[in-house]
Amino acid sequence: MKHVDEYRSPESIGRLLALIAGRSHTPVRLMEFCGGHTHAIFRFGLRQLLPPTVRLLAGPGCPVCVTSQADLDRAIALSRVRGVILTTFGDMLRVPGSTGTLQEARAEGADVRVVYSTIDALSIARDNPEREVVFLAVGFETTAPSVAAAVLTAENEGLKNFSILSLHKRTPPAMRAILDAGEVALSGILGPGHVTTIIGSDAWDFLASDYGMPCAVAGFEPFDILMGVYALVDGIESGSSEGVNAYGRNVRREGNLQARRAIDRVFFVRAAEWRGLGTLPASGLFLRDAFSGFDAASRFPVRVEPVEEPKGCLCGDVLRGRAQPPDCLLFGRACSPEHPIGPCMVSGEGACAAHVRYREG
Amino acid sequence: MATDTILLAHGSGGRLTHDLIGEVFLRHLGNPLLAVQDDAAVWTLSNPGPERLALTTDSYVVSPIFFPGGDIGRLAVCGTVNDLAMVGATPLYLTAGFILEEGLPRADLERVVASMAAAGREAGVKIVAGDTKVVERGGADRMFITTAGVGEVPNGVCISGANVRPGDVAILSGPVGEHGIAVMSRREGLEFSFPLQSDCAPLNGLVSEMLKAGGPIHCLRDPTRGGLATTLNEIAGQSRVEIEIDEACVPVSEGVRGACEMLGLDPLYVANEGKLVAFVAPGEERPVLEAMRRHRYGKEAAVIGRVTSARPGRVVMKTLFGAHRILDMPSGAQLPRIC
Repeated sequence: MKHVDEYRSPESIGRLLALIAGRSHTPVRLMEFCGGHTHAIFRFGLRQLLPPTVRLLAGPGCPVCVTSQADLDRAIALSRVRGVILTTFGDMLRVPGSTGTLQEARAEGADVRVVYSTIDALSIARDNPEREVVFLAVGFETTAPSVAAAVLTAENEGLKNFSILSLHKRTPPAMRAILDAGEVALSGILGPGHVTTIIGSDAWDFLASDYGMPCAVAGFEPFDILMGVYALVDGIESGSSEGVNAYGRNVRREGNLQARRAIDRVFFVRAAEWRGLGTLPASGLFLRDAFSGFDAASRFPVRVEPVEEPKGCLCGDVLRGRAQPPDCLLFGRACSPEHPIGPCMVSGEGACAAHVRYREG
Repeated sequence: MATDTILLAHGSGGRLTHDLIGEVFLRHLGNPLLAVQDDAAVWTLSNPGPERLALTTDSYVVSPIFFPGGDIGRLAVCGTVNDLAMVGATPLYLTAGFILEEGLPRADLERVVASMAAAGREAGVKIVAGDTKVVERGGADRMFITTAGVGEVPNGVCISGANVRPGDVAILSGPVGEHGIAVMSRREGLEFSFPLQSDCAPLNGLVSEMLKAGGPIHCLRDPTRGGLATTLNEIAGQSRVEIEIDEACVPVSEGVRGACEMLGLDPLYVANEGKLVAFVAPGEERPVLEAMRRHRYGKEAAVIGRVTSARPGRVVMKTLFGAHRILDMPSGAQLPRIC
């Protein structure tokens, strides 16, 4: 398959691994920010193939996992509002809030529908003019442009029964929070390829200038990930903390300007609450006043009680790189893909799910 | 009296029911046993014949009822035929129970029944008894079908999920994931530039060729719901063995790979309706594999792995790059990724 096979050839992967092994002398701890990286790393067994000097740690880059318990409860409460069709990406269905899951709400009669894109959510709104269609907008900068485009489309069409619950988050503040906390000794960051395609590699310049932390932006095929690892190892061995774009076929310095303009037009930036990281300044994307008519949070005010994280769940620590999934006492016992307690066990990008699904044999 | 849509009265047992039986079911499925129209089909056992019979049943609720490469009728025949074939039985007769939703276009029912007749002819089985119920609109999703099947197990054939032994070789009959992706793409209205077709097919002919090829076959299983990974886990558990498969050897078509990459799905967990995995004694795989490749439903058959006694109940996959990871049972349905 074009655009895939060339990045999965066992020969080139073998050569790249040998290059990394030859170049790596100092032990390094690299954090892959993105849950997509974590899953690819586990799926292809890359951790087993790297030299013992290179250790990879999963980071906070799973949008479902960092959604706060209160926001989840808000989404579930919204799904129960009379007349509402809640549309969502499939990942969110099984994530436990304190009042159950969207899947359970659906079983109890809520109209919750899985969509593959915001285009589907708009179609549902057009087809059901007598209902209120809410799109659960969870994601990083990668998904934000398509949601912005959906809002702009709805405005153009005068589609009054469409709204979104924006739980969108920006990734650079989370990276900053992890480095500021200083809980984990890191030697380098494997930067998120899809996010950076939108926001541009310039967005990560602060890692070198403010923290002296090398960052290599990488794609998601095995070859891409190992190219990023090699760039980091090579930089660290030569004493450089300069950022590297190891995903040049997609990522430009300035990112995707059209997508960034759409985000800016529809959203403004404000503090947002992250599971595991707390409230981070300038980390959330919220609808501008001009688009307040599309804001499900104000159109359907629902009350949610403040809640505590599930007892014993280490998702917060896992998201910060402080704990590995097997460190959690619930992992594989009380918390499993069949009975998830924390979001990291549910999401397609969660570190706990990756550990269970692709554990080493 | 032919109406264009199915009415509740078609399930009442009265005149409309009889019209439906005559004009749809008997017309397409007609055979001497069905034509008797008694309360049960009666036939004479062959003598001397096999000492053992196999009996199975399955319900079909697929949505949409028509999908690329098949429909609920073909599925209802092939699925039950395949369940019989997977114990080495020669399928003989099926029964079919229909639950129809009021308002179903009669033409849809005819199309499905004609498709069942065609699949039955291909598999060499007859539908000898049936039942029809109609439920009010909303009480079912267009059409549900339950089929049961009976077959004869040839003397000397002993095939079971519990019979796999360390050293056995695992053979897969062809590329995986086609049925699940074809149905899902139609259900979700996804358009792909490459053709995606369900692999829905009766496998009894293929199995019969495999049995003729000699070489003791210890286990046969069709990896339907949950895909190949789930089936291998079931067998590893039933036989208390470890199965190691080689990712590079598992055939996946370009179209399925592309769709799975886009949707964030793993083809090893996607349903098949016309594939089987066979476990044969070491050294005996060559004739079986050759027989499979000569058959239309086994052209791309390949050895995908081996059985060991290392850690019973586990399925391990050697990845493309030589790493090893566990291939687990899935939990719940596979969900599309978020970004």
